[in-house]
Amino acid sequence: MVDTTIGAAGAVPPAEVKDVELYHPKSWVTKYVFSQDAKIIAIQYSITALSIGFVALVLSWLMRLQLAFPSAFSFIGPSEYLQFITMHGMIMVIYLLTALFLGGFGNYLIPLMVGARDMVFPYVNMLSYWVYLLAVLVLASSFFSPGGPTGAGWTLYPPQAILSGTPGQQGGIILMLSSLILFIIGFTMGGLNYVVTVLQARARGMTLMRLPLTVWGIFTATVIALLAFPALFVGAVMLLFDKILGTSFFMPTIVEMGQHLKYRGGSPLLFQHLFWFFGHPEVYIVALPAFGIVSDLISTHARKNIFGYRMMVWAIIAIGALSFVVWAHHMYVSGMNPYFGFFFATTTLIIAIPTAIKVYNWVLTLWRGDIHLTVPMLFALAFIVTFVNGG
Amino acid sequence: MGAALILVLVAVGSVLFHLLSPWWWTPIASNWQYIDHTINLTFWITGFVFTAIVLFTAYCVFRFRHQPGRLAIYNPENKKLEWWLTIGTAVGVVAMLAPGLFVWNQFVTVPHGASEIELVGQQWQWSFRLPGEDGRLGKSDPRNVSPENPLGLSPNDPDARDDIIIEADELHLPIGKPIKVLLRSIDVVHGFYVPEFRTKMDLVPGMVSYVWFTPIRTGPFEILCAELCGSGHSNMRGKVVVDEEREYKAWLQKQKTFAQSLKQTKQAEAAR
Repeated sequence: MVDTTIGAAGAVPPAEVKDVELYHPKSWVTKYVFSQDAKIIAIQYSITALSIGFVALVLSWLMRLQLAFPSAFSFIGPSEYLQFITMHGMIMVIYLLTALFLGGFGNYLIPLMVGARDMVFPYVNMLSYWVYLLAVLVLASSFFSPGGPTGAGWTLYPPQAILSGTPGQQGGIILMLSSLILFIIGFTMGGLNYVVTVLQARARGMTLMRLPLTVWGIFTATVIALLAFPALFVGAVMLLFDKILGTSFFMPTIVEMGQHLKYRGGSPLLFQHLFWFFGHPEVYIVALPAFGIVSDLISTHARKNIFGYRMMVWAIIAIGALSFVVWAHHMYVSGMNPYFGFFFATTTLIIAIPTAIKVYNWVLTLWRGDIHLTVPMLFALAFIVTFVNGG
Repeated sequence: MGAALILVLVAVGSVLFHLLSPWWWTPIASNWQYIDHTINLTFWITGFVFTAIVLFTAYCVFRFRHQPGRLAIYNPENKKLEWWLTIGTAVGVVAMLAPGLFVWNQFVTVPHGASEIELVGQQWQWSFRLPGEDGRLGKSDPRNVSPENPLGLSPNDPDARDDIIIEADELHLPIGKPIKVLLRSIDVVHGFYVPEFRTKMDLVPGMVSYVWFTPIRTGPFEILCAELCGSGHSNMRGKVVVDEEREYKAWLQKQKTFAQSLKQTKQAEAAR
């Protein structure tokens, strides 16, 4: 290959490292099963995420049917309802959305959109998927464990999550926490890949300020996830210790149904802080890739550049940074020191500014465009309405 | 054309639904009208922005829809417009934030002279404790909990012995007086929530949280648990009755103190 210079001299700098030969699968198994190709891994991630997502979908049908026809669905008692709502919530937020957006779209789109030949660590990428699959299987197995899956709510607040008043406290909660730990291990392997690929493996000339907004969304979401998931990881490990080894990280002195338990001096609020330090950034982990995809869809189908590209990039970065200082707005009435409320109310509303900028720029992209109302465009427009309404 | 029409219908329909909706919050029974005002203000500001954005989108979709010969303009940035929009948004955010912080300041500042009562949660019932004649709540510790001492008061603390204990029964409150509720749980996290009072606060085992309000309307109100606390969560309800001063005093006369109930249990045991 001969280097060609496009436009002004130096617009495309010469390669600093030689292109590396790609991994070539030698058999059907290494091509489609234990594949190291990001595109195949993306499809594996997507199929797995959608499959477990279907379970969550069925659970939501059952819950709504119970609400609509309580007598016909009397086999769904309070315990089953709590188990359904817990599994539905956890699957949707983590095993479907996080995995589909980052594992699925991330793997498929990052190498193609930044002009890399593949992810920088293909083998780790493959491991990431298989650990994720294991996490999904462990989670699904809790449906068949004695006592059923945990009904602690998707926030898993201790002490109730591991006490006998909550359904699924024998096996369900242990499998749930183990599955979360596995998921985070798997995600970290994939996440490092996405970040390093975006930073190190872009095609020559693809500067950061030329990246498609989809990649910016996925990239920032991955950075957030790599910083936020460790909080959930330690929370899950400590809660598992409280359950199995009888430690008291989150367990104060408790009298449960007249029984004095052996726990002493732990703090239930500590878990809530750890959980929401992960849980709020998680909102943006699933939102930012969607923001990015919608930006590119609108731009393409309005036949116009996205309006205010640079502002859009800075808005994504600002949202990512601010998402780490708003977590306790989930805890105003949790019993934490109420004076924290002032700080978290302020940061929470500040984050509305970069978010609003993104909305303005989407609708301004439509201005004097050539709008093709294709199906993806209709989805993108409906997204704007839903997001302004709900977000 | 169809898409633009749907967008207009969404915007107009949302406004009409807000104005005509049969669903609204329950009539207020405490001093927290501020909370209602703040959320109304937020509805107006965000509602205005929502309607404006959706109508603008509808107009663009209609006006700039693809037609033969249409060419999109090249307009990647407009610094001035972007800054004005940012500043406008910031003003809107301040308009929502300032009243919010003002109300929150009142929410966390308990007025002097508020009478203290205690609310204890456990799976799945509410119990209450009033300070008795000395006006002070005595010490408590979940390690003291036993069948004759369900709230775990210290039997040796003189402040505790005259405390009035109401176990799994209705609580009465006098109208028009600020109440500071100390919240405590002996097992898992519960949430104290009376919709008519607008306030809400979790009861966390291992610590004491608080919330305050002034009842302004007499009548019975339902206490709901607002924090998932196990399979009996949906049935964890209690009753608080706001009384005129005289009825409240009459009710208070009938309640037993901690010392009395301890004595009663001892006598019952001796008789056996």
